[in-house]
Amino acid sequence: MSGTIYGKNAETRPGLAVNIGGIRMKNPVATASGTFGFGPEYAPYLDLNRLGAIVVKGITLLPRDGNPTPRLAETPAGILNSIGLQNPGVDRFILEALPFLTNYNLPVIVNIAGDTVSDYALIAEKLSRAPGVAGLEVNISCPNVKKGGMQFGSDPAMAAEVTGAVKASTDLPVIIKLSPNVTSIVAVAEKVAKAGADALSMINTLLGMAIDIRKRRPVLGNVLGGLSGPAIKPVAVRAVWQVYRELKLPIIGMGGIMTAEDAIEFILAGATAVAVGTANFINPRATMDVLEGIKNYLNENGIKDINEVVGLAQKA
Amino acid sequence: MSPVADAKVIKQEKIAPGHFRLYLFAPEIAEIARPGQFLHVRCGHTLDPLLRRPVSIHAVEREKGEVILFYRVAGRGTALLSENKRGDTISLLGPLGHGFSIPKRYARVFVVAGGIGIAPLYFFLQEIAASGIYAEVFLGAATKKQLFFDKEIKNLGHRVAFSTDDGSAGYHGTVTDLFGEYVQKTNQSGDVIRRNNDVEVYGCGPYGMLKRLTNIIIAAGIPGEVSLEERMGCGVGACLSCACKIRSGENGARYRRVCVEGPVFPAEEVVWE
Repeated sequence: MSGTIYGKNAETRPGLAVNIGGIRMKNPVATASGTFGFGPEYAPYLDLNRLGAIVVKGITLLPRDGNPTPRLAETPAGILNSIGLQNPGVDRFILEALPFLTNYNLPVIVNIAGDTVSDYALIAEKLSRAPGVAGLEVNISCPNVKKGGMQFGSDPAMAAEVTGAVKASTDLPVIIKLSPNVTSIVAVAEKVAKAGADALSMINTLLGMAIDIRKRRPVLGNVLGGLSGPAIKPVAVRAVWQVYRELKLPIIGMGGIMTAEDAIEFILAGATAVAVGTANFINPRATMDVLEGIKNYLNENGIKDINEVVGLAQKA
Repeated sequence: MSPVADAKVIKQEKIAPGHFRLYLFAPEIAEIARPGQFLHVRCGHTLDPLLRRPVSIHAVEREKGEVILFYRVAGRGTALLSENKRGDTISLLGPLGHGFSIPKRYARVFVVAGGIGIAPLYFFLQEIAASGIYAEVFLGAATKKQLFFDKEIKNLGHRVAFSTDDGSAGYHGTVTDLFGEYVQKTNQSGDVIRRNNDVEVYGCGPYGMLKRLTNIIIAAGIPGEVSLEERMGCGVGACLSCACKIRSGENGARYRRVCVEGPVFPAEEVVWE
């Protein structure tokens, strides 16, 4: 282990603050969009103030009902979901959900999705005027909606167009959430970086499906779904590794993080922060356990500040 | 109290092939649990199977701090759950969800259970009996060996009628046919079931059974509540996996969360497929 070594017991409070494209997080642990609702769902289980950031469920311009059920299928060490961006729409989100979160000392990152480029720009504009939003995570990678979503994320030029349109509509930091369902995630990342992205979230779910052999039909109501959970972690770590090598944009790493050890893998690969997703379903306090474990890791290895570890495995 | 609890297994009983009763020491849960609520149970200790399993609360023994689950082995998760023995530790999340409403003091209460659907209704019958309300219980199963707890229910003071699909015990047919015929006969005899609002029906069982039950009670003009099942992720309302269509406004419907707004819903509000 390289990095700044301070000896065995010198430091018990490692520096945990990170900066994601202008969003100042007191620690590197965020929630992954779609796995943490709008916050109140998990407030009984942990002190939300202790999160590095909350990334809320994806918001669209108009309310969406979401996909037909079943919306969930368990797979080996993973889950397939096809929720379909069920959400109350940006206006009701601002009125009804956002005020709860502004009571906390917590950067609120709003995940946004659209059918068209102008949808993204309009949502971004509305959220920029809302008090208490720290940044936007642009979902160009949702595999569960017919229009938009992953279409934008799988075409580097389209991804850049969305990025540019959002950047032009807001002064908030803009994080682009990348899809793993592409030939070259680096090519998409480079394009969105050029278009002005302040940071990257990676990865969204992997497109997948499951078939019920008894009923002889797809398990999910929407047929295809997005795979998340420990099953996808190696794919996600690889994606972070590849993009970090080529670009200097801060990365929020996610995909199957269940433990601090998982999170540290992402950070060593090049992620500045991490997001915990599916793990919340199994352990509502997963974010807190990951945070504690990161602190212990830094202390045990005599590392003074989390930022010293970012991308360290690339230098090995 | 912490809503995530590690509970010790007191004992686990195999009641019939694939059917288990699991006694857990969880005094905080026993204290606050309401009939119709469920626990989100971690069945194994590894990443596969990954998710918790929602299991409805079957009974509580508050003075002993016990929570009792009754479940059928339906897949890998419940198979692992069934291997737990005295002294083992199981992670529980809950009690979760919106349970059955408590019937009015002088209401005539009907309980209709299909198969494993008796699991949460037993807790309901336990609770109402404790406050002096007794129900007419219609218990249905595929076969005699899967009719559970009829003696215990009678001991609580309730009346029980049963049906089996194969005719091995009680009425030969489905529990909804048994209940439907009962409603019809009673009405024909002049002893009309719905004289006023003080009749309530509580149902739990397979989807098709609950759909038929809903049709019967709507036709008879009786209000009722049913407990639904859906594949569940988080159990706390965040992931929107366990959606079900519930009537909303005029001719409208919207997805509601089985884990939070349910699992118990007014029968007439459910949009059946």
